[in-house]
Amino acid sequence: MTVTRRQFVQIAAGGIGATSLAALGFSPARALADTRAFKLTHATETRNTCPYCSVGCGVILYALGDRAKNAHTEIIHVEGDADHPVNRGTLCPKGAGLLDFIRSPDRLQFPEYRAPGSSEWKRVSWDWAVDRIARLVKDDRDKNLLHKNAAGVTVNRWLTSGFLAASASSNETGYLTVKILRALGMTAIDNQARV
Amino acid sequence: MALQSLDIRNRSASTFEGPSARQALEVAKLIDVSRCIGCKACQSACMEWNDLRGAVGVNDGLYTNPADLDDQTWTLMRFYEENLPTGLQWLILKDGCLHCAEPGCLKSCPSPGAIVQYANGIVDFHEESCIGCGYCISGCPFNIPRLRKEDSKVYKCTLCSDRVSVGLEPACVKTCPTGAIHFGSKADMLFQAQGRLADLADRGFKNAAVYDPKGVGGTHVVYVLPHGDHPEKYGLPRRPSVSPLVALWRSGFARTAGVVTMVGVAVAGILHYMRHGPLEVPEEKE
Repeated sequence: MTVTRRQFVQIAAGGIGATSLAALGFSPARALADTRAFKLTHATETRNTCPYCSVGCGVILYALGDRAKNAHTEIIHVEGDADHPVNRGTLCPKGAGLLDFIRSPDRLQFPEYRAPGSSEWKRVSWDWAVDRIARLVKDDRDKNLLHKNAAGVTVNRWLTSGFLAASASSNETGYLTVKILRALGMTAIDNQARV
Repeated sequence: MALQSLDIRNRSASTFEGPSARQALEVAKLIDVSRCIGCKACQSACMEWNDLRGAVGVNDGLYTNPADLDDQTWTLMRFYEENLPTGLQWLILKDGCLHCAEPGCLKSCPSPGAIVQYANGIVDFHEESCIGCGYCISGCPFNIPRLRKEDSKVYKCTLCSDRVSVGLEPACVKTCPTGAIHFGSKADMLFQAQGRLADLADRGFKNAAVYDPKGVGGTHVVYVLPHGDHPEKYGLPRRPSVSPLVALWRSGFARTAGVVTMVGVAVAGILHYMRHGPLEVPEEKE
């Protein structure tokens, strides 16, 4: 399309006129004003505990859907639990960003095993992993359990293994953890919460 | 529906009269700078709630990260190292929209309905009506709105208008672990702020002040500044105001003058044509 100088001036004048009318309030459409729709209206709420540190803040996970048979849930939002006595709804920057932690592409979602000397991680089943851990734990304890100390006093110590517990454990879980490990004779018990 | 639950007080570029029978509660956010530890939970919660994720940027040696507000960052913790008469101070400010009672952005916006002010005081951008002209950016005395290049729309803090409209507090307020951010009625927030001033004065901050600047009619985000005699050290203008040119360009006078000029030009054109006829241009000059 070729535009002569005269046509160019005409087009420009028409454009200025039209936009001036719009700017003066003669706008063709009248937009509605509404807030962004509240996104949690029918989301499913699930209480949980923030996994990061020993403070153990209560969080609510908001998921798509109402758990109907054909609805696949997907967490869309995480927020502090206002009824939780620890944090009363507040969250630190890590807790406030839990959604990205849940959805992280780097998140470990299944057990993996790297054999001694190998540089390859391979995916294993939970059954395989639990069996192997139990086997190694039993072998080590059978071999190294110290029944009596140098003075001949019964101590039943198992000093060659340690246990690292999770920070998000409840009091009850913590109690059971200590109970079971002490029963095995283990003394080195620590917690990720000290990080 | 929302038009009933959240009446509109002002609407950009419109001669709009909102329903005014209902007395809406005026809300406000109180940011108590003296209690803030700069943890950025508010920044994180804001991004999470509003579904914003900025690209990973570059650390330029400051705690302020990202370096500035942008279309993905509607609130930003700014850190300042300032020499004050009391010695070197590390000042922290949660920057973001102040939701002015007389918003410069709304006054300067030429697109009908792109910026609205609800009766509860929240100033909200409706990006679907935004034409990306950026006048709101020049109209804002606090340098808050940010133009997104990809879609030519301007974005800023909504004071979580979607949450407030269903009776919740904004995301940043809820998450704040130290209780530095509060939300409630404007009257209650000012009352709380006065209580904080008394406490700060006890602790030696004699110049602590409430930042609720009258130049923009007061704001719906109110700060308690421990060094209230130096708001500019926190990056806040001492006496913010909307330029009188903004008021002029959206005024009835400017519109009338515009219409008169347009009609005048049209009339003059017709008269000129009637008197002199079309301009004859030789073909070779065209």
